[in-house]
Amino acid sequence: MVYLVPLFPLMGFLLNGIFRKSLSKSLVGIIGCGSILASFIVSAILFSQVMSNGVSAVQPLFQFINVHDFKIDFAFQADQLSSLFLLIITGVGFLIHVYSTSYMHDEADEHFARYFSYLNLFVFSMLLLVLGANYVIMFIGWEGVGLCSYLLIGYWFKNDSYNYAAKKAFIMNRIGDLGFLLGIFWLLSKLGTANYNDVFANVSHLSPTDITGITVLLFIGAMGKSAQIPLYTWLPDAMAGPTPVSALIHAATMVTAGIYMVARSNALYSLSAVAENLVAIVGIATALFSATIAIKQNDIKKVLAYSTVSQLGYMFLGLGVGAYTGSVFHVMTHAFFKALLFLGAGSVIHAIHNQQDIRYMGGLKKYLPITHITFLIGCVAIAGIPPFSGFFSKDEILAAAYAVNPIYWVLGVIGAGMTAFYMFRLYATTFLGEFRGTEEQKHHLHESPAAITIPLIILAVLAFAGGFVNVPAIFDGHENLHHFLSPVLTTEPSHELDHGTELTLMGISVLVAVVAGGFALMKYSKKPELSEPEGLGKVLANKWYIDELYDALIVNPLDSLALFFKNVIEKSGIDGFVNGVGTFIQYSSRRLRLVQNGRVGTYILFMIFSIIVLWLVFWNQTTITNFFQKIF
Amino acid sequence: MPIQYYIILAAVLFCIGVVGVLIRRNAIIIFMCIELMLNSVNLLLVAFSKMHYVTAGNDNKSLPLNIGSDAQIFVFFIMVVAAAEVSVGLAIIVMMYRNVHSTDVNFLNRLKN
Amino acid sequence: MIALLLILVPVTGGLITLSIKNENSVKGFSLLVAIVTLILALVGVFSNNATLLNYDASWMPDLGSRISFGLDGMSKMLALLTAVSLPIIITATYKNTYANAGKFYSLMFLCQAGMLGVFLSMDALLFYFFWELALIPAYFLCSIWGGEKRIQVTFKFFVYTFVGSLLMLVSILFIYFKTPDHSFALQSFYHAKLTATQSQWMFWLFFIALAIKMPIFPFHTWQPDTYEQAPTAVTMLLSGVMVKMGVFAVIRWLLPIFPDASQSSSSFIITLSVIGMLYASLIAIKQDDIKRLIAYSSIAHMGLMCAALFANQQVGIQGVLIQMFNHGINIIGLWIVADAIEKQLGTRKFSELGGLAQKAPTLAILFAVMCLANVALPLTNAFVGEFLMFNGLFRYNPIMAGIAGISIILAAVYTLNMIQKIFYGNTVAITENARDSSFNVNAALVILVIVVIVLGIYPQPMINLTQSNANLFITKIP
Repeated sequence: MVYLVPLFPLMGFLLNGIFRKSLSKSLVGIIGCGSILASFIVSAILFSQVMSNGVSAVQPLFQFINVHDFKIDFAFQADQLSSLFLLIITGVGFLIHVYSTSYMHDEADEHFARYFSYLNLFVFSMLLLVLGANYVIMFIGWEGVGLCSYLLIGYWFKNDSYNYAAKKAFIMNRIGDLGFLLGIFWLLSKLGTANYNDVFANVSHLSPTDITGITVLLFIGAMGKSAQIPLYTWLPDAMAGPTPVSALIHAATMVTAGIYMVARSNALYSLSAVAENLVAIVGIATALFSATIAIKQNDIKKVLAYSTVSQLGYMFLGLGVGAYTGSVFHVMTHAFFKALLFLGAGSVIHAIHNQQDIRYMGGLKKYLPITHITFLIGCVAIAGIPPFSGFFSKDEILAAAYAVNPIYWVLGVIGAGMTAFYMFRLYATTFLGEFRGTEEQKHHLHESPAAITIPLIILAVLAFAGGFVNVPAIFDGHENLHHFLSPVLTTEPSHELDHGTELTLMGISVLVAVVAGGFALMKYSKKPELSEPEGLGKVLANKWYIDELYDALIVNPLDSLALFFKNVIEKSGIDGFVNGVGTFIQYSSRRLRLVQNGRVGTYILFMIFSIIVLWLVFWNQTTITNFFQKIF
Repeated sequence: MPIQYYIILAAVLFCIGVVGVLIRRNAIIIFMCIELMLNSVNLLLVAFSKMHYVTAGNDNKSLPLNIGSDAQIFVFFIMVVAAAEVSVGLAIIVMMYRNVHSTDVNFLNRLKN
Repeated sequence: MIALLLILVPVTGGLITLSIKNENSVKGFSLLVAIVTLILALVGVFSNNATLLNYDASWMPDLGSRISFGLDGMSKMLALLTAVSLPIIITATYKNTYANAGKFYSLMFLCQAGMLGVFLSMDALLFYFFWELALIPAYFLCSIWGGEKRIQVTFKFFVYTFVGSLLMLVSILFIYFKTPDHSFALQSFYHAKLTATQSQWMFWLFFIALAIKMPIFPFHTWQPDTYEQAPTAVTMLLSGVMVKMGVFAVIRWLLPIFPDASQSSSSFIITLSVIGMLYASLIAIKQDDIKRLIAYSSIAHMGLMCAALFANQQVGIQGVLIQMFNHGINIIGLWIVADAIEKQLGTRKFSELGGLAQKAPTLAILFAVMCLANVALPLTNAFVGEFLMFNGLFRYNPIMAGIAGISIILAAVYTLNMIQKIFYGNTVAITENARDSSFNVNAALVILVIVVIVLGIYPQPMINLTQSNANLFITKIP
């Protein structure tokens, strides 16, 4: 039964891909959405089975690679963790597919079908990633989602800068993938298996160095996929893709693959303090760093993109401090509210005809009422204001961080304040105040059709209520998610803070968020920031010049090295040497040819000289000396 | 007479022949020089043959009678070959003279092309 | 028996083609012969009957050399590759016209027969004979039907490979005199008695010949030039099959004959290969010509194969064994597209192309799949091979594997660059009126794409086919 889950999207991909020229738009939409819906239904059944039985049977399909000392099966494993992810992926995925049928309706038939086939392929790869019962299958999905991300970012392939962004995403992901791959090799060479169950059962056979090495390498993979420092720069650029794609891939699902992987490998990570610290530090650094950038961005999707990077940083902080459930929980709530925000942004962009700069928006509240209210819910949720979902998940991570090291908590709260600030800045600039676009745009402003608003409403409900699945004990909750996931996240430490401390911490973080959000609302609802920023603001608006730094440090040197190889070493060096040998032989033959002048006398002269030379050479040899001694 | 005299004479004759071939351009003279070289070798052969006959000891009955005569037979062969060669060579020189009205060998450098 | 037929069919087919005048019937007949060969190879692959597979006859008893052909797992696979590639090449280039088509196809078949002979020979002298036989038709094919600079370039190609072959001949003869029973048979060569110094020297002579063929940095400069100048059908044959002769010979001859020498030289050779991989990848990034880019990409991939071979891990060798086939399939696919573009638009320069995806979507999709296989994306055939090879390299030396792994990233850079510059963006003057690819090109590419995907999802049959070779090989080396 498990195999059905990825099978439906795969079939959708093949149908839409092969018959893209002959299918009508409505049929394409039905195939595209229907396949995801079918797989959502199967996932729901699986989820309920897992919930009631608690089994996590591995289902092998066939042998993938079987060489002498290791064996990799094409096997699926639907346990608590993966079935939860299945629901998120297919559920949010389905909503986004429905949304896309309307959002992409202006595309030509053929490209419409292409879009949906890519989207289905993405869901297929993502499901493979989550369902795989070993690291190799995960890696297959891992690279597969990278490919789909590349295809979808570059969906409008006529635009060169989009293609550039797509390429950048793929290559940066590949850097991470290399780390992941080396991690798998390390595992295979030490344990001879990559199956989760076997690996976690045999962790004791690994030396501490092995564990640290493997986990750090795997984490490099996660850095690439989940856009962490230093491999995060592709994600903001990835906003070149259609907005539903940004919502699905670059916010809700693909970028959380890294969190899934680390949570899945919790048995390994919990044994290496080095790796845990690395994860936590990279996470919190990314969270703060990208939040600063988000404050000064003016492209609605860029703000959301940096906010995604920042939220992913929080999730890694959670993983690093051992709050695996908290991170998975945040993945879930983040999928809801970030998909909601992106889809809302898409609705806005759709309404004002592909304008993404918030300086030319404003006052959209009255034109797009549903979008406005759902977007507001998203903002509140991400800001972590109770009782919205973001509050619960973020709080769980921060509480665990406090238990490990209060500095993490302080930094986390600062980040949360920034989050509230830039989200409400975005909200205020976009929806409040007066409309600042052209008259023509104003004339065409309208609320989006039902295929767009209904997913928004559903996601808004989820973004509001999603937090209640894991209400902490402090609010008389049962921590349902925690109990549900405990068979997989076996190594999660329990951080018992006393209730007083925990309440205080919560109060402070909520207070910070409310103050920062309120300040942003006050500041930007009346007087939005329209001028070009200066000083530090300029540095932030230019993303700390990180792209330029990478260009100067890595891309350009490599470029000149390649050019040096091509022009100097290859042409003048190796080829020069080879050709030089040829030229030398030709030249010397041309010289030597002159000796053959056709005069017999010269030939005889040479002959005689040669004989004399030979005599001289062999003069000392005994036979000759004997001969002379004998005759003279 | 010691064998050295013969060897030195043959060597001198041979060298004269070589130098003649090298420095003269007249085909007939070159030809004669080649004959000179051949004959110096002949002389040497005969001289050595005689030497062998003497050093083997002519009173030794166990030795075959024809000892030392091989080289003299060689010489006859060489003379026959040389005679044949002269006839062919002279014919070529005559033909050459008819064609280019000269016996200068430097005209014969067509091998070059 | 099949082994003998596999060589005789192309040879006789080629001789008959020579006498056909009409170009269309030449092509039709060639396709027929190629398909017959393919069927034979398939029968060979699926058969286990030793008498059916092997052939042995007296040749030069005084020298101790026999006509001895055998089909074991590795030769089955390479014979299949050779046999598969020719029908695909002929189909894909069906619309190309050649002056003297009869001669062209006849030389192609001769070249194929030579390569099959190399893969099937179980006798060193026979092996050398076919090694040269494969080279000579290739030389004529390039120098008669090649591009503008063909004479100069093919001369370079010929001299390069011929120098290598001579060194190999010296080595073969030397070992022959050291064999216990003065025989050229493979098994006798395995048991040749050489002192350490001798085997070191002979190893290098042999290795240089193979390194030139593969080619390994710094012996590679003939390759981009030749690939660029040769007619594309020949380039496909050269890069798809002929370079595998080098890898094949390393596995079949070099490593088992000189186990100690290869062990002691392995670190040097692996370093060289890894340098070559990165070097070739970096140069590929800077190319402006499709053919040259593919050529450098091939050098990088061959470097990986060589490194994995000398790492001496069973996993890595297994990877090389299946990657030989996969790389052949993938690179032929890339050449087909390069040829389709060049024939239609008259240029191979990226700077003059662009936006072709709008005009030729089918070609774009098929090409994209081949490119993804080239960067070894999972679920394409190359992933399995590269996964195993890197795995072997990792066990040999993790740091080396990490450095070599950079080439994966660089491969993505140049391959995506290529897709972007040819297919994406807006159309330019040259591509304004471009058409989509013709039926025969599509047919050939679709077959290749199916092979790529099927072998990517289910590679196990391929692994089983060659497993015995990898096993045997490892047990021989201490």
